[in-house]
Amino acid sequence: MSLQERLVSGDVRALARLMTYAENDYPEATRVIKELYDKTGGAYVIGITGPPGAGKSTLTDKLTKALRARGKTVGIIAVDPTSPFTGGAILGDRIRMQDLFTDQGVFIRSMGTRGHLGGLSRATQTAVRLLDIFGKDYIFIETVGVGQSEVDIVKTADSVVMVLMPGLGDDIQAIKAGIMEIGDVFAINKADLDGADRTKIEIEMMLDLNENREWRPPISKVVAVDNSGIDDLLERIQNHRYYLESSGELVSRRLRNTKQELVSLIRDRVVEFILEESGERFSVDRLVESIASKDMDIYTAAEEILRKIKK
Amino acid sequence: MDKPIRVLVAKPGLDGHDRGAKVIARAFRDAGMEVIYTGLRQTPEQIVETAIQEDVEVVAMSILSGAHNHLFPIVVNMLKEREADDILVVGGGVIPDDDIPGLKEAGVAEIFTPGTPTSQAIEFIKQNIKR
Ligand code: B12
Ligand SMILES: Nc1nc2c(ncn2[C@@H]2O[C@H](COP(=O)(O)OP(=O)(O)O)[C@@H](O)[C@H]2O)c(=O)[nH]1
Ligand SMILES: [Mg+2]
Repeated sequence: MSLQERLVSGDVRALARLMTYAENDYPEATRVIKELYDKTGGAYVIGITGPPGAGKSTLTDKLTKALRARGKTVGIIAVDPTSPFTGGAILGDRIRMQDLFTDQGVFIRSMGTRGHLGGLSRATQTAVRLLDIFGKDYIFIETVGVGQSEVDIVKTADSVVMVLMPGLGDDIQAIKAGIMEIGDVFAINKADLDGADRTKIEIEMMLDLNENREWRPPISKVVAVDNSGIDDLLERIQNHRYYLESSGELVSRRLRNTKQELVSLIRDRVVEFILEESGERFSVDRLVESIASKDMDIYTAAEEILRKIKK
Repeated sequence: MDKPIRVLVAKPGLDGHDRGAKVIARAFRDAGMEVIYTGLRQTPEQIVETAIQEDVEVVAMSILSGAHNHLFPIVVNMLKEREADDILVVGGGVIPDDDIPGLKEAGVAEIFTPGTPTSQAIEFIKQNIKR
């Protein structure tokens, strides 16, 4: 049986192997997705983001169990940073998800960022699509959690859960701009620690500044390690889903994301194409030398390349 | 730097000694590998399911409790049953020399005991991965 047939028949090894191909840029992964594209779009994708140590992995574990109790199947993609120096990584999110390993309704994949910025890896979107085709009802994506640049997740997820914890104080101020806005639902985890109410007030105040949007993100207090508050959080996520679906916002959100992904795909391809073409009609290296020696400026060089390509 | 080797570092059984596993995990990372670390007290089922979902090329197990003769072969056999015997299995920890031939017979490719430099394990993996 081909990988494609095995994927459709529910073979976990085929799913896992195709994800490896996606990560290693082997065309087999996208070839299979091309064939099965009409099977995508059925899964609901939930992003789990927030600073390192806030409890994203623990919360993903508990939310998954709550969904499993409701008979839903789940895929999880957990992204951790790759060392820029060695290319290696320790992917440790599974430590918090041990009970899920042998649940046949759950598939977990750990990924290193492999140099990609923005909180996800380059293959994350492809991996989500494979899980979607495989038939998972819900897909969680746990982002790296480095704070400032976690913006990729909005382009990939239907609902984004921002996980915070008490005592972040100044950190909330710091991650406010741009980042806090991506949360559709807020989870204040570790509510067993002092200061959860203060954190809640700080988030409320920040949300007050943005009163004109239709969906006001709700805030849920949870204690992930004790499995407390999880049903409430899940209900708020489901409410967001219901809001998106009933307002038509889900369709436009997915359209927006598709457009962004398409644009960035063509951008990659065009750059690749130009670098491959470099040599005969024009040489990128030679242009770089001209720029260095001030025979040409960088803007003219870029225009020059485009002019040659268009012909 | 492209296409890093993916390896699962696992602690099977009830053994709570995790220093060696952590040292090994860091050494593998520094050698450019992607290391999936799952924490203590893993059952063979958990190890095998994880290895398959993560599509690792290597399962590296650490045992200091003395249960190696029991647990290592179970994992090897379960991988075989799942047609995942293209995964290289290595082990390490406090393991008497006398036990090593039997473990190799059972399908563990190599055993690394206290005092062996981590570079030796890294080199062995690079030379012996099956795909
Ligand atoms: C530190 C230690 C502890 C610490 C552990 C802390 C921790 N979080 O790891 C504590 C105090 C908690 C502890 C407790 C116990 N310990 Co203790 N402990 C040790 C000790 C002194 C050192 C182990 C260590 O950390 N070494 C440093 C690390 C870096 O080395 P390493 O693990 O050997 O790993 C290296 C290599 O083996 C190899 N390696 C290891 N794994 C792997 C895997 C792969 C894939 C590869 C490639 C290489 C590799 O590479 C590593 C780096 O070079 C050993 C004795 C010894 N000299 O080994 C006893 C020892 C392991 N403990 C022992 C015992 C009996 C116990 C207890 C049962 C004692 C008791 N009665 O309560 C408890 C059980 C705890 C439990 N829940 O399992 C016995 C085990 C006997 C046996 N195998 O038959 C030992 C051997 C002592 C002895 N001589 O009796 N222990
Ligand atoms: N006190 C407390 N600790 C928690 C809670 N949830 C998670 N933790 C702990 O916080 C640490 C980081 O959790 P983890 O899920 O790995 O966070 P992540 O880095 O955001 O994925 C772990 O030691 C967890 O056990 C909680 O509700 N209360
Ligand atoms: Mg995590």
